[in-house]
Amino acid sequence: MNDAASRSSPSRPRLRGPSFFRALRAMPGLLRVGFAGAVAYRAEFLIWVLAYTTPLIMLALWTAVAAEGAVGRFGEREFSSYFAATLIVRLGTGAWVIWDMNWEVRQGTLQRRLLWPIHALLTYLAENLAALPMRIVVAVPIAILTSLLLGNIWVRDPVQLAIIPVSFLGAFLLTFLPMAIIGTLSLWWESSVALYDLWLALYTVFSGYVVPLELFPPQLGAIVRWLPFRQMLAFPVENLTGLIGREQALHNLALQWSYITVFAVFAALMWRAGIKRFAAYGG
Amino acid sequence: MIEVDRLVKHYRVHERPPGVGAAIRSLFSRPMRVVKAVDDISFKIAAGERVGFLGPNGAGKTTTLKMLSGLLFPTSGNARVSGYVPFERNPEFLRSIMLVAGQKQQLLWDLPPAETFELNRAIYDLPRAEYRATLDELVSVLQLEDLLQKPVRQLSLGERMKCELAAALLHRPRVLFLDEPTIGLDVTMQAAVREFIRRHNERHGVTVILTSHYMEDVAALCPRVIAIDHGRLVWDGSLTDLVRETKPEKRISLKLAAPATTAELECSGARVIESTELEVKLQVAQAQLPAAVSELLSRLQVVDMTVEDAPLEEVLSDLFARHAE
Repeated sequence: MNDAASRSSPSRPRLRGPSFFRALRAMPGLLRVGFAGAVAYRAEFLIWVLAYTTPLIMLALWTAVAAEGAVGRFGEREFSSYFAATLIVRLGTGAWVIWDMNWEVRQGTLQRRLLWPIHALLTYLAENLAALPMRIVVAVPIAILTSLLLGNIWVRDPVQLAIIPVSFLGAFLLTFLPMAIIGTLSLWWESSVALYDLWLALYTVFSGYVVPLELFPPQLGAIVRWLPFRQMLAFPVENLTGLIGREQALHNLALQWSYITVFAVFAALMWRAGIKRFAAYGG
Repeated sequence: MIEVDRLVKHYRVHERPPGVGAAIRSLFSRPMRVVKAVDDISFKIAAGERVGFLGPNGAGKTTTLKMLSGLLFPTSGNARVSGYVPFERNPEFLRSIMLVAGQKQQLLWDLPPAETFELNRAIYDLPRAEYRATLDELVSVLQLEDLLQKPVRQLSLGERMKCELAAALLHRPRVLFLDEPTIGLDVTMQAAVREFIRRHNERHGVTVILTSHYMEDVAALCPRVIAIDHGRLVWDGSLTDLVRETKPEKRISLKLAAPATTAELECSGARVIESTELEVKLQVAQAQLPAAVSELLSRLQVVDMTVEDAPLEEVLSDLFARHAE
């Protein structure tokens, strides 16, 4: 050791407590800075909101169909409330980590995140969650407008009311975690966006995004009910609008969080394996 | 502080020639080539040292720094930094180091530097009072007062690098890896960054490992130099010894009042290596330097004279050429 080091060694604060609690303590700071980033580009945010208009198109299509006669138990009012709720859930549960991960792996900028003493997936999670207040700013007026136009279409059961925020958080995590898992594959393949496109196609069909799941043929519907896509969208929508009862809501909640647990463990294992392959190209 | 033992990093790289045919063939067959980025290097660095890591482009300098900072998993070999195995990425280890890359920024592009500082405070779990004290010191030493509230994208390259250094040092790392920290900066800013690094090392005893293409950085900052070429270590020792062993001849630069002939200039073993009408550069063996200087001063009308070692660029060029043979 040279003189300088032995002479002046400033006390180095050690990390305090187990890593999980450190990450929790870091969350407010991460969320605050993430929010500042989310509002930095107002025009980009508006364009992002416009990208969520598919439920409105579906609303127009299905209400036109229902004008000829109800489809199952869906009349014009039911389709309207279903797709308004779909828009609200989509706004409240969106994530984009797949694109960030692919970009950072290809550019080598992932190294910034890897130098931090917090799990990188938690930092991505915080960044995606940080945009939530901005999304709520858009979702709340839609909910108010829907109530004004259609009356009170929302669930009234107190247990199901309590399930709403948990199902939203679950839907967000079920959107985020598969993105993170597929994004991690970019550590092997350099780009995994194409695989995510496949996942997105399955999601579009099987999540209830374009067709309420109960309108599926019974045999297909029986399978789809057990897939994770339903827990990403249809379940919170059906719970929010009272299309399912308390028992079904609790069953779906259990299924949703079971998927979250499995995906979270898988994402962590994939990350641990994938990070050994990080090449940090580009200087 | 840092121990590296037979460290190796090989990449498998997909190669294909240009053209549509090659693009189509690459759909079915992907020939891979193994690139030996780092090939069996070993060294030790004590706490508080400033070490220059030198080598031509692609020599393996950055790859080594990335392995030592836990970013890359080595193909084989061992390393310990601050008592930790870097590739295990222990949070305490990550807390004790920082890598600043001149070409990769950690500042949040769309936000003022103050937001990156706040982010780092949260990530490194720094108590507020301690964070404030360190930040105040860095802001004062690096003169950042006027930059804190400007979006990073509106800062000049030099201003950004000063903010990068502040962000990197907020958690007071014990080991600082600097990968081309002065790249692209003007000479004034290069000197300012160099001076800051030197003073930070002397004041806090932080171990500094630096790569740079600017030899002034290395000459000003690093008493010890580790040179690698094609992934292999070709020199580990003091900068003075490197110059003495690789290019021991001295350089005499003369400014003359009147032109001189080659015969007048080449005395006592001195050899002309560059000359214009009134400015001449000579090379002479160390042992013959006093005689040569004395003779030149007596023979010629000398306006100015300086005696130096060979430029570090030439020293390294000779070193790498010798190892390539």
